[in-house]
Amino acid sequence: MKLRVKFSKHGVLRFIGHLDVMRYFQKAIRRAGIDIAYSAGFSPHQIMSFAAPLGVGLESNGEYMDIEVNSLTSSKEFVKALNAQMADGIEILEAKLLPETAGNAMASVAAARYAVAFREGYIPAFLTNPVIVDFCGQSEIIVAKQTKKGETTFDLKPFLYECTYDEEQNMLYFTVDASSSGNVKPALLLKAVYDRCNAEFDEFAFLITREETYLNIGTQESMQLKPLGFIGSDY
Amino acid sequence: MRKLALSDEILLNIEKPARYIGNEVNSVMKDKNSVDIRFAMCFPDVYEIGMSHLGIQILYDMLNRYEDTWCERVYSPWPDLDSVMRARNIALFALESQENIKDFDFLGITIQYEMCYTNILQILDLSQIPFHACDRDWDCPIVIGGGPCAYNPEPIADFFDIFYIGEGETQYRPLLDLYKKCKAEGCSRKEFLIRASQLPGLYVPQLYEVTYNEDYTIKAYTPTVDGVPATVRKEIVSDLTNTVYPQKPVVPFIKCTQDRVVLEIQRGCIRGCRFCQAGQIYRPVRERDVNMLKEYAVKMLENTGYEEISLSSLSSSDYSQLEELVTFLIERCKEKNVNISLPSLRIDAFSLDVMEKVQDVKKSSLTFAPEAGSQRLRNVINKGLTEEVILKGAALAFEGGWNRVKLYFMLGLPTETDEDIRGIAELSDKIAMAYYDTVPKEKRNGRVQIVASTSFFVPKPFTPFQWAPQCTKEEFLEKAYTAKHAIMEQLNQKSIKYNWHEADASVMEGILARGDRRLCTPILKAYQKGCIFDAWGEYYKHDVWMETFTECGIDTAFYTTRARSLDEIFPWDFIDCGVTKEFLKSEWQRALHEEVTKNCKEQCNACGAASFQCGICTMKRSS
Repeated sequence: MKLRVKFSKHGVLRFIGHLDVMRYFQKAIRRAGIDIAYSAGFSPHQIMSFAAPLGVGLESNGEYMDIEVNSLTSSKEFVKALNAQMADGIEILEAKLLPETAGNAMASVAAARYAVAFREGYIPAFLTNPVIVDFCGQSEIIVAKQTKKGETTFDLKPFLYECTYDEEQNMLYFTVDASSSGNVKPALLLKAVYDRCNAEFDEFAFLITREETYLNIGTQESMQLKPLGFIGSDY
Repeated sequence: MRKLALSDEILLNIEKPARYIGNEVNSVMKDKNSVDIRFAMCFPDVYEIGMSHLGIQILYDMLNRYEDTWCERVYSPWPDLDSVMRARNIALFALESQENIKDFDFLGITIQYEMCYTNILQILDLSQIPFHACDRDWDCPIVIGGGPCAYNPEPIADFFDIFYIGEGETQYRPLLDLYKKCKAEGCSRKEFLIRASQLPGLYVPQLYEVTYNEDYTIKAYTPTVDGVPATVRKEIVSDLTNTVYPQKPVVPFIKCTQDRVVLEIQRGCIRGCRFCQAGQIYRPVRERDVNMLKEYAVKMLENTGYEEISLSSLSSSDYSQLEELVTFLIERCKEKNVNISLPSLRIDAFSLDVMEKVQDVKKSSLTFAPEAGSQRLRNVINKGLTEEVILKGAALAFEGGWNRVKLYFMLGLPTETDEDIRGIAELSDKIAMAYYDTVPKEKRNGRVQIVASTSFFVPKPFTPFQWAPQCTKEEFLEKAYTAKHAIMEQLNQKSIKYNWHEADASVMEGILARGDRRLCTPILKAYQKGCIFDAWGEYYKHDVWMETFTECGIDTAFYTTRARSLDEIFPWDFIDCGVTKEFLKSEWQRALHEEVTKNCKEQCNACGAASFQCGICTMKRSS
């Protein structure tokens, strides 16, 4: 039986990288006494997969991992038991039972929504609602991307699903492709916005939170984004 | 939320920021206003090394059980952060509270190897604590050192207020009580230190004066204040079962060297290998009760979530209840999908059976530590491992499917000849031959792989070899070439791989190991010239060190290659580790006569450790 577990990651935990978060959860699951399934073979390991790696320095309200368990308690019990084992900064938000047919977490990811705050002294005076509307209205958004072979350019526009700016709170929100084939790192989009405004870009200016990770229950042409846990159910 | 000492900007621009943020599972947070004593426990090396050290986990747990004390941890900032802290004048902080070390009551530093001495100075420097104990006032924490290198604290004597000689479990409570009392009475720091020096096991270097003969050997070693004891006797835990041991060790976020539950099964060693310091200073052997170990193993696994457990001790095969313990762990761990990482065991039917059960035979290799190539030299060092035993064990293992063997040797042992060195090659070859003799062609899984490694022998205080001259760098390298060529001459040379250690670092280790107080100056100077992380090959600056010794008028040969007379007073002679100098002397003589001494289980050799009245010394022997 497969569970999809949603968690948040804040505070000092943002300095813990993806691989260490995986190792952290392997231990936490043991401590919580969760009846997780193990792979076969000489050195069995827990059956666990993460949806989308979160970069070091980012916070999140919408991280997901899938685990396979041998027996079920209840969503509520599960969340409580695992939360009792969490270090300050990670909180389990929900646990849903997935239908047999569900694809794995990583392959299911279609998009992610980010909220960007600006550090003190870095709030961009040039950023306004009309600027963002203009930015999104471009027919194409050509950006440079570092690859193994060097720098290439590509059009970001098809991978940008939504972008708004909250002038009162000085917060930028956007939803971009986060699938394994087309993942857009938040810094890439931010750089495009700054370039459009001819502003100096400093990656350190931002406090980025991943708000949610989505799967697509629509089609490629007409997407319907839902939180990754949408296809699961409480148990 | 806890505020970090380092800004996001710094943390995002250094390697592994997780080293500096604390917040690990089982780390202890307390309200600083509800405790009397703030204790910073330091391992002066990088986080991943320091977090792997059992001793700190034990003391961290013990001190935090005290309601009036909050013990936190601190490790050496890696060079990338080190330079940022210097450039921006950021003071060193403890992981838990993220507050400055300088504001703590105690800074405890474990000193596990000589090559960390400059890192100790880095800790003091970044903490903004004066290097010299005599320059400190009550604004600074009491800097207290412990661990194996505290058995010769003299090369770093100036930098510590106190050294704790022996096992940490026993005297911290009395020391903390004394500290509170002295603070309440408004004592001076000096008065506190004088009173601390009267507690068992505690050594306050600034209360002693050393005078030298013309040749720089020690003339006398005397306390300068009335009531300060002339000798300091090591402290030990007499009952290792009914004592503190952490059930909830701190679990790091990042992968550390020791990434598993560590269960210490015994302390001390019955063997008495003559080169080994640990074998002498931790006497007598004391075992933990097997039922206690079972209970702790289960609890520690539950409380940490680790997927692996390892047993820790010297010569684990000598633990009397090993079979029962290992059988229990295998059963228990299988059911919970936990791996067991075995310590190096004597290779016999039992250990092979266990190894087969807990690890993938194809991937694992056998380890033997004959330490010397010939039986003659093994008798000199009192390593009770014979060629017959090694070949028998190897043959047994080859039958069981193993085909990889690791061999550990030392070069530069007292009385060593080229013939002994060639013995390394010959023994390796015989093991290879044993493979081809034991395993029929059709069952062979490729060629046998033998890796012979040699390290260079460094004489250590409190061993029978403390009188031995150490080899020069040139002699060391010569010996390594001899070994290499001898291996190339063997029939099965293609199956044997040979590795040897860096010679420079062994020379350096030798200078510090048997050093005296005169080394405090060059150590500080070398640090100020940029020497740090000397234990890390890529940072070790041999030339800077040697140049510094010359500038300070120190002849390094005095510490390394010089032959010492039997009546010489050593810098560490004021420490009483139980084993007497007379015993060590007789062992040194027996070594030169190639005489073997029986182990503690076979017979008592009257080493002196029986004065502690515990462990093996109070048990009936089989013979």
